[in-house]
Amino acid sequence: MEQGIPNLVAFAETMEALAAKDKNILAVTSDSRGSGKLVNFGKLYPKQIVEVGIAEQNLVGMSAGLASTGKKVFAVSPSCFLTARSLEQIKNDVCYSDNPVNLIGISAGVSYGALGSTHHSLHDIAVLRAINNIHIIVPADNFETREAIQLAAQVDKPVFIRFGKRPMYHLHNSNTKFELGKGITLKNGNDLAFIATGETVYHAYKASEQLEKEGIKCTVVSMHSIKPFDEQLLLEVADRCQSMITVEEHCINGGLGELCASILMQYGKKLAFKIVGIPDEYTVTGSQVDIFNHYGISEEGLYKVGKTLVEENISV
Amino acid sequence: MLTIELEKKSVAYRKKILYYIKKANAGHTGGSLSCIDILNVLYNNVLNVNPENINSPDRDRYVQSKGHSVEALYVVLADKGFFPVSDLETLCQYKSHYVGHPTRKVNGIEQNTGGLGHGLAISAGMAMSAKMDNKDYRVFTLLGDGELAEGSNWEAAMLISHYKLDNLTAIIDRNTLQITDRTSNVLSNEPLAEKFAAFGWAVKEVDGHDFAVLSTILNKGAFEKGKPNLVIANTTKGKGISYMEDVLKWHHGVPSDEQYELALKELAEKELLLEIK
Repeated sequence: MEQGIPNLVAFAETMEALAAKDKNILAVTSDSRGSGKLVNFGKLYPKQIVEVGIAEQNLVGMSAGLASTGKKVFAVSPSCFLTARSLEQIKNDVCYSDNPVNLIGISAGVSYGALGSTHHSLHDIAVLRAINNIHIIVPADNFETREAIQLAAQVDKPVFIRFGKRPMYHLHNSNTKFELGKGITLKNGNDLAFIATGETVYHAYKASEQLEKEGIKCTVVSMHSIKPFDEQLLLEVADRCQSMITVEEHCINGGLGELCASILMQYGKKLAFKIVGIPDEYTVTGSQVDIFNHYGISEEGLYKVGKTLVEENISV
Repeated sequence: MLTIELEKKSVAYRKKILYYIKKANAGHTGGSLSCIDILNVLYNNVLNVNPENINSPDRDRYVQSKGHSVEALYVVLADKGFFPVSDLETLCQYKSHYVGHPTRKVNGIEQNTGGLGHGLAISAGMAMSAKMDNKDYRVFTLLGDGELAEGSNWEAAMLISHYKLDNLTAIIDRNTLQITDRTSNVLSNEPLAEKFAAFGWAVKEVDGHDFAVLSTILNKGAFEKGKPNLVIANTTKGKGISYMEDVLKWHHGVPSDEQYELALKELAEKELLLEIK
């Protein structure tokens, strides 16, 4: 598997390409031009970047006003602030008023690592899932990030996209199709399924390689589209796999895992099931890698959980 | 529209506001009555917006930040032909589009508001877009004075002057009362004019029930080139109904049958006075 660039950089490059073709593309930042890798964008398209200062409520409110006039607005800010400080603006000004703002949550999850819990966004998926009229996309690699940004520029609805800042590995080949509301299956095996999202997909994939060496055949799905959600794919995987692990860089409350569990339960699916994510606590101090390792969101951690789950399931 | 016609319209609007609030048994009576003269002037004498051009990118925009005074907005929009006034019979009823705060489900309403402290930032985006595209439409937003405690207003106030959005006019319906008490007791916002001036705004203070003054000032364009415009409109909560004027409980009080008849009587007397004027 080849290493690519940070999704953050893939986002910024895509923004430059979009802005070159459409003067209505706007980046709106809250002193986050540098953090969003948009310095070059600002130099290339100075009339297409708007700075609001460190004021996230203002960022989202005025982005809604801009979008109401037909501008294709990307409001770019660290996901922790964007989806908490300005939550009421997201709910009322963007979603309820149906202003098609693209909310870009940069350095999401625990990307800021040792900067601590003020800078972590482990709530963003949960809170936005509970708000009507917004698409939620969590891309896993550079390809998914580029596709998500291009899609956001086209859809006439509010969109939230969140990603981190570490270089990501390429997960997909050139034939892969990216669609809103459709997960992408990376491999099909019938013993154990990893339903993962965002930067955790890579770790799930690596764990699956270890498990396969021991004869445990794995499915790995990149569930980039949290809302709308690919229920059909989840149910198909549940029908053919004996065990399932969901993986997310998010609090286990209200995230991907609970979403999958609620669907599986309501459709009467019975299978061994485990949610891997950040528990309901302020995280241990450390880098993103340290935190991933601590909570088992890693090749090793997922391998262990996978092996245990499959073995327990057989013994039952 | 002449001042006398505006005066007559405001009496008719007040009757309708009370009728629909009475019928719905809900509504923000005091604030609707304090801002109705401002809305009257805006929609009849200032805004370039009507049912024919409501989707035009060049129309003027009005965002009602103090969304709770929606009854005043509904009554004016109905009068301007955005929807039949009879639609308001369903106000706040099960499945009605006429919610207790503005929503875009209602023709003529630009943005959904109701949470306070939102209108100014939304208006900033609209005004900035006009500047970007060299369009000459104007943006107006109406705020309550109690609403100014929301910090988001001050974020937006800084931004709007930083970007020299002189195509934006904020009007403060300064009726000096909010749900709990007099605003000066809850959280004083004085000295209001000086605060906005310090934030880089051009400020005018007027009588918010003076049709001639409101018409002149709101049609003026930018008070000072490169500065956003703030109109502090001094108003009376519950204006036009003697027993409601400046009385706290009418924030969202609904008149009894007897009180309603008394209000209608007062408005009829006012109407008569205007006829012979």
